[in-house]
Amino acid sequence: MNELAGKIISGDIRSIARGITVIENDDAGSALLLKELYRHTGQAYLIGITGPPGGGKSTLVDKLIKLYRGQKKKVGVLAVDPSSPFSGGAILGDRVRMQQHATDGGVFIRSMGSRGHLGGLALSTSDAAKILDAAGYDIIIFETVGIGQSEVEVAGRVDTTVLVTVPGLGDDVQVLKAGTMEIADIFAVNKADREGVERCVIELGQLLSIKEMDQSTFLPPILQLVAKDNIGVAELASAVGKHREYLMADNRLDQKRKARLKSEVHNIIINRLDKWARARLTREMEAGEDLEGLYQKRTDPYTVAERFIKELQI
Amino acid sequence: MPNKIRILIAKPGLDGHDRGAKYIARALRDAGFEVIYTGLRQTPEAIAAAAVQEDVQWVGLSCLSGAHNSLFPRVVQLLKEMNAPDIKVFGGGVIPADDIPGLKAAGIREIFTPGASSQQVVDYINKN
Repeated sequence: MNELAGKIISGDIRSIARGITVIENDDAGSALLLKELYRHTGQAYLIGITGPPGGGKSTLVDKLIKLYRGQKKKVGVLAVDPSSPFSGGAILGDRVRMQQHATDGGVFIRSMGSRGHLGGLALSTSDAAKILDAAGYDIIIFETVGIGQSEVEVAGRVDTTVLVTVPGLGDDVQVLKAGTMEIADIFAVNKADREGVERCVIELGQLLSIKEMDQSTFLPPILQLVAKDNIGVAELASAVGKHREYLMADNRLDQKRKARLKSEVHNIIINRLDKWARARLTREMEAGEDLEGLYQKRTDPYTVAERFIKELQI
Repeated sequence: MPNKIRILIAKPGLDGHDRGAKYIARALRDAGFEVIYTGLRQTPEAIAAAAVQEDVQWVGLSCLSGAHNSLFPRVVQLLKEMNAPDIKVFGGGVIPADDIPGLKAAGIREIFTPGASSQQVVDYINKN
């Protein structure tokens, strides 16, 4: 086994951090590392915390870390913030709320820039979680970038998804819209000491009351929190526990994780093809002939694309 | 993708003035770096631990309380103890010229004092 993989499995902090960098930069050796670690994964429980910017996600994560540490669980956190589309730089500021745990050996917090990936996470967040999983962290929390209406990726990457919302974001039709409102296993209405919380809770309740369900459907609880004052955090953790029990029954967790694996394989294929296509196009189009031909209507985008695809023999 | 430069910006000590730290953080962001911002009143222990977990190449410390002579070298020392001597440290703030040689001898790579432009910091990072 390669040395880095061995050290990661033994829980060495520096190696875990290095390993995440390797996969985040897609360095040579990234795939090999993940291949070696794969059979050591699967023990951790993955929780997604998502919601609009400034809704209190990081503050909630901070309190959840504390609670799970009280239960002697090792906690890993992957906190994603947006990268600049202009400079590629980023301010990764989620740690500000969590720094009290920096020196706790049972907590590993890593900030990630989204690096152009849309959907609420970074391209490599799931693989970073594999590293933490293999290193023995019991709970791994994904904190997404502040999201809007359509960033639902996290739900396909974790076991339990918590949507953190706040009062006053809009009327009942907003709640009814497709997208992020559909992915919550648990609704956490944060800043519940603010005006409008009752209405927010009622509207979410109405949304759920018109949802089609049978006896096997998990009814997402709607919880009220004031995360900064640690109010409602224990209830949230207990709701996560209940959702986990629900998933454990009737092999639902197995099915969910199998679906996730299928999508991981799909993503690896897509990402490699994407890389290939970019490199191939850069080479071809820089020669200029195709581009000029396209522009002058001597050929068309489909014909050019199909010629490239033939090289792949698929 | 070329490897991203990651920099942790932290404020050790007890002063509550983070405008300079935020100013530098933003300039580094605009220069294409990933800046991990950790906020006010950080202990050297928390800064060093965060730097290791975040696997940064640089730690930038800002201090306006006058305690730089004890706080900055302590971070360098802790990084060594955590098997991370390759993580480089620079500092900024209200730091008397007389203190700079001592800080450099203690392993702080560079000190930026009031009047330094953010571009100087960016250029320094890119060169080193």
